[in-house]
Amino acid sequence: MQPFTTITAIAAPIDEANVDTNQLCPTRFNKVPRGPQYAHVLFHDRRFNADGTEKEFLLNVEPFRSAAIIVANRNWGCGSSRESAVYALYEFGIRCVIAPSFGDIHANNCSKNGLLPVVLPEAEVASIRAQLRDRPGATVTVDLQEQTVTDPAGRVHRFEIHPVRKKCLLEGLDDVARTQEYRSRIEEFEAEYRAERPWLYAEKR
Amino acid sequence: MSVQTMFDKIWARHTVAEEEGELLLYVDRALIHEGSSHSFAALAAQERAVFRPRQVFAFNDHYVPTSGRERGVQGIANPEIRNMVIKLAANSAEHGVRLFGIDDPQQGILHIVPPELGITQPGLFIVGADSHTSTHGAFGCLAFGVGASEMMHVMATQSIWQRKPKTMRINIDGELGFGVTAKDVILAIIAKIGAGGATGHVIEYAGSTIAAMSMEARMTVCNMSIEAGGRAGMIAPDATTYAYLADRPYAPAGKAWDEAMAVWTRLPSDAAAKFDQTVQLDAAQLAPMVTWGTSPEHALPINGCVPDPRDAANTTQGAEIRAALDYMALQPGTRLSDIAVDRVFIGSCTNSRIEDIRAAAAVAKLGRAKVTAWVVPGSRTVQRQAEQEGLDRIFTAAGFEWRDPGCSLCTAINGDQLQPGERCASTSNRNFKGRQGTGGRTHLVSPAMAAAAALTGHLTDVRELAKKG
Repeated sequence: MQPFTTITAIAAPIDEANVDTNQLCPTRFNKVPRGPQYAHVLFHDRRFNADGTEKEFLLNVEPFRSAAIIVANRNWGCGSSRESAVYALYEFGIRCVIAPSFGDIHANNCSKNGLLPVVLPEAEVASIRAQLRDRPGATVTVDLQEQTVTDPAGRVHRFEIHPVRKKCLLEGLDDVARTQEYRSRIEEFEAEYRAERPWLYAEKR
Repeated sequence: MSVQTMFDKIWARHTVAEEEGELLLYVDRALIHEGSSHSFAALAAQERAVFRPRQVFAFNDHYVPTSGRERGVQGIANPEIRNMVIKLAANSAEHGVRLFGIDDPQQGILHIVPPELGITQPGLFIVGADSHTSTHGAFGCLAFGVGASEMMHVMATQSIWQRKPKTMRINIDGELGFGVTAKDVILAIIAKIGAGGATGHVIEYAGSTIAAMSMEARMTVCNMSIEAGGRAGMIAPDATTYAYLADRPYAPAGKAWDEAMAVWTRLPSDAAAKFDQTVQLDAAQLAPMVTWGTSPEHALPINGCVPDPRDAANTTQGAEIRAALDYMALQPGTRLSDIAVDRVFIGSCTNSRIEDIRAAAAVAKLGRAKVTAWVVPGSRTVQRQAEQEGLDRIFTAAGFEWRDPGCSLCTAINGDQLQPGERCASTSNRNFKGRQGTGGRTHLVSPAMAAAAALTGHLTDVRELAKKG
């Protein structure tokens, strides 16, 4: 995974609440192998007509085509666990989503793929979205080390992130490699657990 | 020992290690489907094997057709869809994972089959490659969905890193009225707390209404926990749970049953256990529910009307309602029971168990379908049971289509889908824009309500229909 450290980039304000992962990646694209082709998939049915021509949608217009940050509304990424929603965001160029709340699974999927989910209070997020609407193309800075978002007006918003998640994102760490260091602990756990619950490992009847 | 919730007990028992408050949890069983191709690709890229293949179960469900199944996998006309079914079989064979494949006599949806076979048991920690894995919590286990990266990690290590979620208890007490079902209960809960109301929380459902429910009904409730944002949903195991589990193929037997019971009966939350949040519902106040918008929180009793954005609490909410009504092509103030539908879908991991099929058949018996109406059982086992009971013949006599098991028109990637603009009364779990096909419009309802809509051609209060019937 690519490390996430700090970015200063054009941010796109999306006011809609409860943007589900079906919107980010319509289900029929789930079978597409991971790769650059996912850039086209993001918000596909909101961005494109059936004949492939573009609809009116924020991410179809400059400067937001070049956005690397989305400033969203509550419950961003609710619904399906599809990680393809993250592939679509990432390949489009999005590296950070700022929202008052996230679907839990989607937030996990983001942080496992080098895309930073930032939670800020609803009023602060609304104020950043308002600034971005007033000044299209304005940039936002996200600094993971300092755990800050700097909005176009220069106001600094501090956010919380779990220290382990922060470290993994900053260094681009692979979870499986980390877990392999616990291999013997897992096997010890299994031995004791199997002795307590042997029926879970019996042949089925 | 300190006072614990059921969730606390299962969480603690599965903890292997801790790093600064992030815990490594041992996973008992992992459930995967065709969409797990991304996880297998990641495993292959890292040249890793499945660590405990006997604890992983694979299901052909999302991409299988629901007709023409006698032709097997070669009967799937679309090569991309066919390839997804084949790829899961190939990956499962390569890694030694038990596959419930397209031709398996026990094939079905990944949230229908494991409970039927006793793979789902109290006290387990189950992880699934699908957000509706919350379904399994109905047995008093901890079960939730994860994305492809986390599933790859589970397959490689049989464990997962997690931070401890908060807890929410939802108490529902009293008797449900005639025609009011588990589906209506969970839609009422989501309408009350919102689509993000339980974000970051594991929900425990409790109270006399839940205690009186069958396992099938409890699974319907837990299934839609994710639609309230819940990390998981769970219900304490009791006599109903144990009676359901006894004699299932993967359930313990003989002396092992007694050993299992000794573990299971200690699982329920301690009487004095504290939850971070508590919600209370009165079952007697509930009516059959329908959704009018594009989020499961957009649910109202069937005797209500489409909301007016001008009545919203604030401009943001007003804009949300307006956007939903625009997509749904509905006018404010329209009576919900006046909304005409083009299609009816009875199926999905929410409502395709034998009780659901029986409830729909009991209504179908009262008339004849005016619109295209599909019944898609959740598994071959449900299908066989229904056919033994003659339910398939009730449906076909009433003009409904009786189809083969799979996810079908809930997730709409096997070729079953709505056409743009089509409106469907559906027993599935999501009314998101385009969920049942690009431009499709979904109204979520219970199986009885779906069957009622099929008979009248519009959303209908099944209580009225049953009275006339």
